[in-house]
Amino acid sequence: MNLPAIPNIPVPTIEQIGFGIMAMIVIGSALAVVTLRNIFHSALFLALAFLGIAGIYLFLAADFIAVAQVLIYVGAIMILLMFALMLTHRVMTSSLRQTIGQWRWAAAVSVWVLVILVRLVVLHPWGMDKLPSKAPTTAIIGTELLTKYLLPFELASIVLLVAMVGAIVLAKEDKPDDPA
Amino acid sequence: MIPLEWYLGLSAVLFCIGIYGVLSRRNAISILMGIELMLNAANINLVAFGRFLQPQVLSGHIFTVFVITVAAAEAAVGLAIVISVYRNWQHINVDEIDLMRW
Repeated sequence: MNLPAIPNIPVPTIEQIGFGIMAMIVIGSALAVVTLRNIFHSALFLALAFLGIAGIYLFLAADFIAVAQVLIYVGAIMILLMFALMLTHRVMTSSLRQTIGQWRWAAAVSVWVLVILVRLVVLHPWGMDKLPSKAPTTAIIGTELLTKYLLPFELASIVLLVAMVGAIVLAKEDKPDDPA
Repeated sequence: MIPLEWYLGLSAVLFCIGIYGVLSRRNAISILMGIELMLNAANINLVAFGRFLQPQVLSGHIFTVFVITVAAAEAAVGLAIVISVYRNWQHINVDEIDLMRW
Protein backbone atom coordinates (compact mmCIF):
# COMPACT_ATOMS: atom_id res chain seq x y z
CA MET A 1 0.00 0.00 0.00
CA ASN A 2 1.33 3.31 -1.07
CA LEU A 3 0.87 6.00 1.56
CA PRO A 4 0.81 9.58 0.36
CA ALA A 5 3.97 11.43 1.21
CA ILE A 6 3.69 13.36 4.45
CA PRO A 7 4.45 17.00 3.76
CA ASN A 8 7.60 18.14 5.42
CA ILE A 9 6.35 20.51 8.12
CA PRO A 10 9.20 22.75 9.28
CA VAL A 11 9.70 22.58 13.03
CA PRO A 12 9.93 26.09 14.50
CA THR A 13 13.15 26.88 16.27
CA ILE A 14 13.37 28.41 19.73
CA GLU A 15 14.07 31.80 18.13
CA GLN A 16 10.95 31.58 15.98
CA ILE A 17 8.77 30.56 18.94
CA GLY A 18 10.12 33.52 20.91
CA PHE A 19 9.42 35.85 18.01
CA GLY A 20 5.88 34.50 17.79
CA ILE A 21 5.22 35.12 21.48
CA MET A 22 6.66 38.64 21.22
CA ALA A 23 4.58 39.40 18.11
CA MET A 24 1.44 38.14 19.89
CA ILE A 25 2.17 40.47 22.82
CA VAL A 26 2.68 43.43 20.47
CA ILE A 27 -0.43 42.79 18.38
CA GLY A 28 -2.64 42.00 21.37
CA SER A 29 -1.67 45.09 23.29
CA ALA A 30 -1.98 47.23 20.15
CA LEU A 31 -5.53 45.92 19.70
CA ALA A 32 -6.22 46.76 23.34
CA VAL A 33 -4.91 50.29 22.71
CA VAL A 34 -7.42 50.97 19.96
CA THR A 35 -10.43 49.15 21.46
CA LEU A 36 -10.49 49.78 25.22
CA ARG A 37 -12.93 52.40 26.46
CA ASN A 38 -10.78 53.56 29.35
CA ILE A 39 -8.06 55.73 27.83
CA PHE A 40 -5.77 55.30 30.81
CA HIS A 41 -5.79 51.52 30.33
CA SER A 42 -5.13 51.89 26.63
CA ALA A 43 -2.14 54.13 27.42
CA LEU A 44 -0.74 51.42 29.70
CA PHE A 45 -1.21 48.84 26.94
CA LEU A 46 0.59 51.22 24.57
CA ALA A 47 3.61 51.08 26.92
CA LEU A 48 3.44 47.26 26.78
CA ALA A 49 3.31 47.39 22.97
CA PHE A 50 6.39 49.65 22.90
CA LEU A 51 8.26 47.21 25.15
CA GLY A 52 7.31 44.34 22.84
CA ILE A 53 8.57 46.28 19.82
CA ALA A 54 11.86 46.79 21.68
CA GLY A 55 12.02 42.99 21.96
CA ILE A 56 11.42 42.69 18.21
CA TYR A 57 14.40 45.01 17.66
CA LEU A 58 16.49 42.65 19.77
CA PHE A 59 15.53 39.82 17.42
CA LEU A 60 16.82 42.03 14.60
CA ALA A 61 20.16 42.47 16.46
CA ALA A 62 19.47 46.21 16.73
CA ASP A 63 20.69 46.77 20.26
CA PHE A 64 21.00 50.55 20.14
CA ILE A 65 17.54 50.98 18.61
CA ALA A 66 16.01 48.70 21.24
CA VAL A 67 17.50 50.73 24.08
CA ALA A 68 16.50 53.99 22.39
CA GLN A 69 12.98 52.62 22.00
CA VAL A 70 12.72 51.87 25.71
CA LEU A 71 14.25 55.21 26.71
CA ILE A 72 12.36 57.49 24.33
CA TYR A 73 9.03 55.76 23.75
CA VAL A 74 8.42 54.03 27.08
CA GLY A 75 10.30 56.66 29.07
CA ALA A 76 9.54 59.98 27.46
CA ILE A 77 6.57 59.76 25.11
CA MET A 78 4.50 57.60 27.47
CA ILE A 79 5.10 60.00 30.36
CA LEU A 80 4.09 62.88 28.09
CA LEU A 81 0.89 61.02 27.12
CA MET A 82 0.12 60.30 30.78
CA PHE A 83 0.59 63.96 31.66
CA ALA A 84 -1.76 65.01 28.88
CA LEU A 85 -4.32 62.41 30.01
CA MET A 86 -4.22 63.67 33.57
CA LEU A 87 -4.43 67.32 32.52
CA THR A 88 -7.55 66.48 30.50
CA HIS A 89 -8.91 64.20 33.22
CA ARG A 90 -12.57 64.92 32.52
CA VAL A 91 -12.46 62.77 29.40
CA MET A 92 -10.94 59.82 31.22
CA THR A 93 -14.17 58.36 32.59
CA SER A 94 -14.73 54.95 31.11
CA SER A 95 -18.45 55.44 30.60
CA LEU A 96 -17.85 57.92 27.80
CA ARG A 97 -18.28 56.76 24.22
CA GLN A 98 -14.83 56.60 22.65
CA THR A 99 -15.48 55.89 18.97
CA ILE A 100 -16.96 58.08 16.29
CA GLY A 101 -20.16 57.07 14.55
CA GLN A 102 -18.43 55.76 11.42
CA TRP A 103 -16.17 53.26 13.19
CA ARG A 104 -17.34 50.50 10.84
CA TRP A 105 -15.97 52.45 7.88
CA ALA A 106 -12.70 52.86 9.76
CA ALA A 107 -12.52 49.10 10.36
CA ALA A 108 -13.30 48.44 6.70
CA VAL A 109 -10.55 50.80 5.52
CA SER A 110 -7.95 49.30 7.84
CA VAL A 111 -8.85 45.71 6.88
CA TRP A 112 -8.65 46.74 3.21
CA VAL A 113 -5.15 48.18 3.68
CA LEU A 114 -4.18 45.06 5.65
CA VAL A 115 -5.31 42.78 2.81
CA ILE A 116 -3.27 44.80 0.31
CA LEU A 117 -0.14 44.79 2.48
CA VAL A 118 -0.31 41.10 3.39
CA ARG A 119 -0.92 40.16 -0.24
CA LEU A 120 2.16 42.16 -1.23
CA VAL A 121 4.28 40.58 1.51
CA VAL A 122 3.19 37.03 0.64
CA LEU A 123 3.30 37.28 -3.14
CA HIS A 124 6.48 39.28 -3.66
CA PRO A 125 9.59 37.11 -4.06
CA TRP A 126 11.83 38.82 -1.52
CA GLY A 127 14.69 36.37 -1.81
CA MET A 128 16.64 37.99 0.98
CA ASP A 129 18.25 35.26 3.03
CA LYS A 130 21.62 36.88 3.49
CA LEU A 131 22.92 35.78 6.85
CA PRO A 132 23.10 38.96 8.85
CA SER A 133 25.88 39.94 11.19
CA LYS A 134 25.36 40.20 14.92
CA ALA A 135 28.00 42.79 15.71
CA PRO A 136 27.24 45.58 18.18
CA THR A 137 25.81 48.57 16.35
CA THR A 138 26.26 51.55 18.66
CA ALA A 139 29.78 52.53 17.56
CA ILE A 140 28.89 52.26 13.86
CA ILE A 141 25.74 54.36 14.34
CA GLY A 142 27.72 57.05 16.17
CA THR A 143 30.40 57.19 13.49
CA GLU A 144 27.85 57.32 10.67
CA LEU A 145 25.81 60.03 12.39
CA LEU A 146 28.81 62.31 12.75
CA THR A 147 30.28 61.72 9.29
CA LYS A 148 27.88 60.68 6.55
CA TYR A 149 24.65 61.87 8.18
CA LEU A 150 26.02 65.01 9.84
CA LEU A 151 23.61 67.44 8.17
CA PRO A 152 20.43 65.44 9.04
CA PHE A 153 21.80 65.04 12.56
CA GLU A 154 22.14 68.80 13.02
CA LEU A 155 18.75 69.38 11.38
CA ALA A 156 17.20 66.92 13.85
CA SER A 157 18.51 69.01 16.72
CA ILE A 158 16.93 72.11 15.18
CA VAL A 159 13.65 70.20 14.77
CA LEU A 160 13.73 69.24 18.44
CA LEU A 161 14.46 72.83 19.50
CA VAL A 162 11.64 74.22 17.37
CA ALA A 163 9.24 71.56 18.68
CA MET A 164 10.18 72.36 22.28
CA VAL A 165 9.66 76.11 21.83
CA GLY A 166 6.43 75.49 19.93
CA ALA A 167 5.06 73.16 22.59
CA ILE A 168 5.81 75.68 25.35
CA VAL A 169 4.19 78.52 23.41
CA LEU A 170 1.10 76.45 22.54
CA ALA A 171 0.54 75.08 26.03
CA LYS A 172 1.23 78.36 27.85
CA GLU A 173 -1.84 79.96 29.34
CA ASP A 174 -2.24 83.49 28.01
CA LYS A 175 -3.60 85.70 30.72
CA PRO A 176 -5.68 88.67 29.60
CA ASP A 177 -3.94 91.10 31.97
CA ASP A 178 -0.51 90.06 30.76
CA PRO A 179 1.23 93.18 29.40
CA ALA A 180 3.58 91.22 27.13
CA MET B 1 16.55 32.32 11.70
CA ILE B 2 13.40 34.35 11.28
CA PRO B 3 12.43 35.13 7.67
CA LEU B 4 11.89 38.69 6.50
CA GLU B 5 8.22 38.04 5.78
CA TRP B 6 7.44 37.61 9.48
CA TYR B 7 8.73 41.07 10.29
CA LEU B 8 6.87 42.57 7.34
CA GLY B 9 3.64 40.82 8.34
CA LEU B 10 3.92 41.98 11.95
CA SER B 11 4.55 45.53 10.81
CA ALA B 12 1.61 45.42 8.36
CA VAL B 13 -0.75 44.26 11.13
CA LEU B 14 0.55 46.92 13.50
CA PHE B 15 0.18 49.64 10.86
CA CYS B 16 -3.44 48.67 10.17
CA ILE B 17 -4.28 48.64 13.88
CA GLY B 18 -2.83 52.14 13.99
CA ILE B 19 -4.98 53.21 11.01
CA TYR B 20 -8.08 51.88 12.77
CA GLY B 21 -7.15 53.75 15.95
CA VAL B 22 -6.61 57.04 14.10
CA LEU B 23 -9.83 56.76 12.09
CA SER B 24 -12.22 55.46 14.74
CA ARG B 25 -11.36 57.15 18.05
CA ARG B 26 -12.81 60.51 18.97
CA ASN B 27 -10.38 61.40 21.75
CA ALA B 28 -7.43 63.38 20.33
CA ILE B 29 -4.94 61.63 22.63
CA SER B 30 -6.11 58.24 21.35
CA ILE B 31 -5.51 59.46 17.81
CA LEU B 32 -1.95 60.38 18.79
CA MET B 33 -1.53 56.86 20.20
CA GLY B 34 -2.61 55.41 16.83
CA ILE B 35 -0.06 57.59 15.05
CA GLU B 36 2.65 56.31 17.38
CA LEU B 37 1.69 52.72 16.53
CA MET B 38 1.97 53.48 12.80
CA LEU B 39 5.38 55.10 13.26
CA ASN B 40 6.58 52.04 15.17
CA ALA B 41 5.38 49.77 12.36
CA ALA B 42 7.42 51.81 9.89
CA ASN B 43 10.45 51.58 12.18
CA ILE B 44 10.23 47.78 12.30
CA ASN B 45 10.18 47.75 8.50
CA LEU B 46 13.22 50.04 8.28
CA VAL B 47 15.31 47.98 10.67
CA ALA B 48 14.23 44.66 9.12
CA PHE B 49 15.03 45.73 5.55
CA GLY B 50 18.33 47.22 6.68
CA ARG B 51 19.29 43.95 8.36
CA PHE B 52 18.34 41.74 5.44
CA LEU B 53 19.67 43.99 2.66
CA GLN B 54 22.89 45.51 4.00
CA PRO B 55 23.72 44.19 7.45
CA GLN B 56 27.04 46.07 7.60
CA VAL B 57 25.89 49.57 6.62
CA LEU B 58 23.13 50.25 9.20
CA SER B 59 21.28 52.87 7.14
CA GLY B 60 18.01 51.46 8.48
CA HIS B 61 19.12 52.08 12.04
CA ILE B 62 20.05 55.69 11.25
CA PHE B 63 16.67 56.27 9.61
CA THR B 64 14.95 54.78 12.65
CA VAL B 65 16.84 57.15 14.95
CA PHE B 66 15.56 60.10 12.91
CA VAL B 67 12.01 58.73 12.87
CA ILE B 68 12.10 58.36 16.67
CA THR B 69 13.34 61.98 16.93
CA VAL B 70 10.53 63.27 14.74
CA ALA B 71 8.01 61.16 16.68
CA ALA B 72 9.13 62.73 19.94
CA ALA B 73 8.78 66.23 18.46
CA GLU B 74 5.37 65.32 17.03
CA ALA B 75 4.15 63.99 20.38
CA ALA B 76 5.29 67.14 22.20
CA VAL B 77 3.63 69.55 19.77
CA GLY B 78 0.51 67.41 19.39
CA LEU B 79 -0.08 67.12 23.12
CA ALA B 80 0.49 70.87 23.53
CA ILE B 81 -2.21 71.47 20.91
CA VAL B 82 -4.50 68.99 22.72
CA ILE B 83 -4.04 70.81 26.04
CA SER B 84 -4.66 74.15 24.36
CA VAL B 85 -7.87 72.81 22.79
CA TYR B 86 -8.96 71.37 26.13
CA ARG B 87 -8.51 74.77 27.78
CA ASN B 88 -10.86 76.39 25.26
CA TRP B 89 -13.49 73.65 24.83
CA GLN B 90 -13.34 71.62 28.10
CA HIS B 91 -13.17 68.45 25.99
CA ILE B 92 -10.96 66.99 23.24
CA ASN B 93 -13.50 65.08 21.15
CA VAL B 94 -12.40 65.69 17.59
CA ASP B 95 -15.87 65.11 16.14
CA GLU B 96 -17.30 68.07 18.07
CA ILE B 97 -14.52 70.58 17.45
CA ASP B 98 -15.71 72.46 14.37
CA LEU B 99 -14.09 75.84 14.90
CA MET B 100 -12.56 75.87 11.42
CA ARG B 101 -15.65 74.56 9.63
CA TRP B 102 -16.96 77.17 7.24
